[in-house]
Amino acid sequence: MFLKEYILNIYRAVASLLKGMKTTGRYFLRPREIITQQYPDNRAQMKLPERFRGEVVMSHDENNEHACTGCTACELACPNGTIKIITKFDVTPEGKKKKALDTFVYHLELCTMCNLCVEACPTSAIKMAQTFEHSVYDRSRLLKKLNQPGSKLRAGVE
Amino acid sequence: MYRETQIIETDNIAAAGADAAGAALVINVGPQHPATHGVLHLVITLEGETIKKIEPHLGYIHRSIEKMCESLSYRQFIYVTSRMDYLSAHINNHACALCIEKGLQLEIPGRAQVIRVLMDELTRIASHELWWGAMAMDLGAFTPFFYAFRERESINDIMEETCGARLTMNYMVPGGVMYDLHPNFQKRVKSFIQLFNSKIDEYDDLVTGNIIFQNRTKGVGVLSREDAISFGCTGPVGRASGVTCDIRKLYPYEVYDKVDFDEIIETAGDSYARYQVRLKELRQSVRIIEQLIDNIPEGDFQAKTKAVLKLPKGEFYSRVETARGEMGVYIVSEGGTTPYRIKFRSPGFSNLSALDHMSRGSKIGDLMAIMGTLDLVIPDIDR
Ligand code: SF4
Ligand code: SF4
Repeated sequence: MFLKEYILNIYRAVASLLKGMKTTGRYFLRPREIITQQYPDNRAQMKLPERFRGEVVMSHDENNEHACTGCTACELACPNGTIKIITKFDVTPEGKKKKALDTFVYHLELCTMCNLCVEACPTSAIKMAQTFEHSVYDRSRLLKKLNQPGSKLRAGVE
Repeated sequence: MYRETQIIETDNIAAAGADAAGAALVINVGPQHPATHGVLHLVITLEGETIKKIEPHLGYIHRSIEKMCESLSYRQFIYVTSRMDYLSAHINNHACALCIEKGLQLEIPGRAQVIRVLMDELTRIASHELWWGAMAMDLGAFTPFFYAFRERESINDIMEETCGARLTMNYMVPGGVMYDLHPNFQKRVKSFIQLFNSKIDEYDDLVTGNIIFQNRTKGVGVLSREDAISFGCTGPVGRASGVTCDIRKLYPYEVYDKVDFDEIIETAGDSYARYQVRLKELRQSVRIIEQLIDNIPEGDFQAKTKAVLKLPKGEFYSRVETARGEMGVYIVSEGGTTPYRIKFRSPGFSNLSALDHMSRGSKIGDLMAIMGTLDLVIPDIDR
């Protein structure tokens, strides 16, 4: 009785191990079902979904104009103080003073990609980009200025 | 830290002297250890190979999230909670959103409710898949990890497409969800369900039926029903000991009262029972998704809310079922734009508290099985 139980136990153990081996063996013989991606060799084919949040960017059109009025709504919405809006006063043709964006400072190293700033922006001036390879050798290079040099507010955006 | 260890040591020397049963040995597992999945520090008192006492030391990943939330507005603080139990990020965000909505007495559009439940269940599947792979790896089986990640990856792709991120989505906002579903969502989820149904049996072949695995988990780390209740264990850990504690059934939120699913209860209370509960829960989550995926109502995905949210003076509490158990959010409001005090009830903390009780008397090798099936996420314990 004891011997029978003992041999049965060994048989069950071997059977269960073979069952697992069968599964792994099947994939060994069918390499096409393996899903490993050869990153970074496949960079060219890699396509991230358009909603992927990798970095905050400001869109500029062909005339180097953006839609940011410098209202600081994004700065207030950001939970980590990632954004700093520096404004200046432009003089309009009528001779009035008007607040405008001088520098959009963006600390990529502090950003958590939460999208709250993009949601808060009334003029959709900023959006999320799909870039994700952000590693640099020096952290100061993560400090970015989002408005391009010489850019100005697109006409008609309030 | 140093002093406490000293005290334990002197305790043990005294105890060992009293019964003259050989010297007790104090070892430290962690804070950096492959089996703890995070910075958990266990001070283990051993006698030979038998565990006499386990003392978890926390604080290595304390980020004072609760205090941080006090200085963030009601819209802002939700994203931080993704960093607690990062495998249930959606569900944590959901709990916070529910609590704020309770305070604002906001009605959520039907579409948003269904989207939220779908996302919660997808998160639960992803979390259990990761647990399954990691637990098998703790017990020495390396391959299952890759099988689990294959299915989990397709969930991550779905999340990436609709929510914009893979792990810390910040998709639930007060009043609904941040964006509408991606047009591909339904198609992708259906193909995931197909993939899942065709692969789930492999899990049983690879691990469940394995005799080594069964011998290492059956009867190991038994937690009785009474102890599970008194330690406050919830989630799969509580249910494996026979405690009815599924918040989705007990206090249904969103559309959980309209869908059909079973609460999985096992009574053995050992590591194998906890394993079984999670594997069966995977199938239940798929069942919920199957019922909802073709019945997403049309309409708004977000209720109209003010730009600046202010909760009325008072106290608000909401509870949800994360992949690890009951998660509670308690907000005390003074009527301002930020919470006066916020407290999270995290499932991992209570489940960890039972570890000492469960492992006393077992061998040190069993500890890995017990820890693995407790499914601890350290940042959740140590906010
Ligand atoms: S994504 Fe979030 S953290 Fe980053 S800048 Fe915007 S609001 Fe701040
Ligand atoms: S990016 Fe948008 S929210 Fe931020 S300052 Fe410019 S206009 Fe205002």
